[in-house]
Amino acid sequence: MKLTQGFKMAVKSVLSNKLRTILSMLGILIGVATVIALVAMGKASSNEVAKQVSSLGSPNSLSVTILGRGTVTTLSVDEANELGDVSNIAGVAPVTSATGYAKYGKTQVSVTVEGITAAYEEVKDFPVQDGRYIASPDIKNNSKVALIGVATATDLFEDEGEDPSAAVGKKITINGYHFTIVGLLESQGSSLTGSNDEKILIPVTTAQKVFQTSGVSTIHLTVSETSLMDRTVTAVEAVLYEKFRGNENAYRVLNQEEAMETLNSVNETMNRQLIYVAIISLIVGGIGIMNIMLVSVTERTREIGIRKSLGAKKRDILFQFLVEAVCISGLGGALGIGLGYIASFIIGMVMKTETEVPIDTVWLAFVFSALVGVIFGYLPANKAAGLRPVDALRHD
Amino acid sequence: MNAAANIPLIEMSNITKSYVMAREKTTVLHKVSLKVDHGDFLAIVGPSGSGKSTLMNIIGCLDLPTEGSYKLEGLEVTGQSDNKLTEMRNKKIGFIFQGYHLLPKLTALENCELPLIYRGLSGKERRLRAMDALERVGLGQRMHHRQSELSGGQQQRVAIARALATNPPMLLADEPTGALDSKTGMEVLGMMEELNRAGQTIVLITHDMEVAKLASRTVIIRDGVLSEQAQERRSSDETYARLQDGSQERIVQQA
Repeated sequence: MKLTQGFKMAVKSVLSNKLRTILSMLGILIGVATVIALVAMGKASSNEVAKQVSSLGSPNSLSVTILGRGTVTTLSVDEANELGDVSNIAGVAPVTSATGYAKYGKTQVSVTVEGITAAYEEVKDFPVQDGRYIASPDIKNNSKVALIGVATATDLFEDEGEDPSAAVGKKITINGYHFTIVGLLESQGSSLTGSNDEKILIPVTTAQKVFQTSGVSTIHLTVSETSLMDRTVTAVEAVLYEKFRGNENAYRVLNQEEAMETLNSVNETMNRQLIYVAIISLIVGGIGIMNIMLVSVTERTREIGIRKSLGAKKRDILFQFLVEAVCISGLGGALGIGLGYIASFIIGMVMKTETEVPIDTVWLAFVFSALVGVIFGYLPANKAAGLRPVDALRHD
Repeated sequence: MNAAANIPLIEMSNITKSYVMAREKTTVLHKVSLKVDHGDFLAIVGPSGSGKSTLMNIIGCLDLPTEGSYKLEGLEVTGQSDNKLTEMRNKKIGFIFQGYHLLPKLTALENCELPLIYRGLSGKERRLRAMDALERVGLGQRMHHRQSELSGGQQQRVAIARALATNPPMLLADEPTGALDSKTGMEVLGMMEELNRAGQTIVLITHDMEVAKLASRTVIIRDGVLSEQAQERRSSDETYARLQDGSQERIVQQA
């Protein structure tokens, strides 16, 4: 018997019993749809992570967090600026940050106050939309000037009946000190570290006085050559090692790539577990097909007897039932892929993220589901092929 | 006469079939010997439980004898593998069953194509031969009907067409009229007679002596023992003449 003929016969038989076919493919269908939807969801969340990490700064940025442990607990602004001497470092922006209370009229909000230098604008790529930036004279003179984020401006001025976009020139108090707002920052949205628009920036020297701190808490750096990032990180670490007298716990150097890797490894672990669950559901689906095929063999014993008496060899019957099982599981797989696509689309809409179904996952799911058909179809097919025609014909 | 015509179609000698049931050995056929020539119309008659179904299964290569030798067109059947038996069934025997044994989901034409599919013929040739077989049994108009759309007589005629489609040397009919009323039964038997007259060897198994009368030769099986019955209906001359015709027909077929 020819292969195509066997295939045609099996497809015909599968299609002639629609309800049974649908019911038996349901397991595989749901399994494959789950795989597709889960992978799409995983992709969506890793895309989200990538987006958030990139919002931490451009790929050429690097940051040093001073944790303040050990004997030397801090770096001064000048010491921080010395990092600019490291080769490949393009910009240094030391920051000291604290939580302060900003007040305007009767409204008071708790807000992150960062003491910055003039380099902040360029290093963090965070310009003003109105007014001017903090300049070197402000730092030298400990001027009480401030830049305000759009969210904080809204919080502070809206309740007082003032227009937040006209914040420049207004006078506010921060922890009791009077400040003049000289610039309104661009909106930057939120990142992993929280909203970038809920902050007030003041000169670093002023901040040290207001909050009675010395030194800086974070140093933002940019490199000129991104490909040399690893070498630069090592060089920066060497300088810090010296400054903190060998206490490696006192600081941490983070670059964007590293942050992405850390977050993605978490994502990957989760995805892998989801795939295991999906594989188990595919196996359960396969067992469902096996059940139905076994019932089908019993039900069609007479048909098998007739076919055998007319000249169907063992392998013809084996092939027929195997192809039927593969048709059911393959069809289930194909429909599952369709359902998975729809599900991933809906998930994307609900979660408001970009879902993505990788094409190799689709192939893998399809091939795996067909394979399930072969594996779980073999036992029933073998049972059918092994029937003796005399017994099979007598069966009612 | 050529060699093929000289070799008997069926040559059974001392066939014994026994089953082990509930640890007890039951012998169904006792040293059955039977010879059928090309062009014969043989009826095997016996009451139920006589072992005629078992004999038919062995003749039809559906079952193997426990002992003895069975040669089908000179080829030994005993001891053959499952695949070889299947091939023999496909090439040498056309089955006509009591319960028709058509596949209900297939049309009459598709049913007739079935044995040809397993022979490995191309789609076009299958169709041609199946259509030809259906025409021969007078069902040219109902080729695309399913079993449920055909009367009992028509169903049995489809079964005959299916048996004829492979052009087998032997038709093996198991109670072909068993499920039919006497009128359609006679029609079906008439058709078989006609086929025999055209040279087709037929082995008919029945419990009905009336049916067996149509055959040119009758053997009776009782309790697993076979005995030949004297020829009643047709003269031996006629048989001889017909045999000659049949042989010639085969020669034409082989040419």
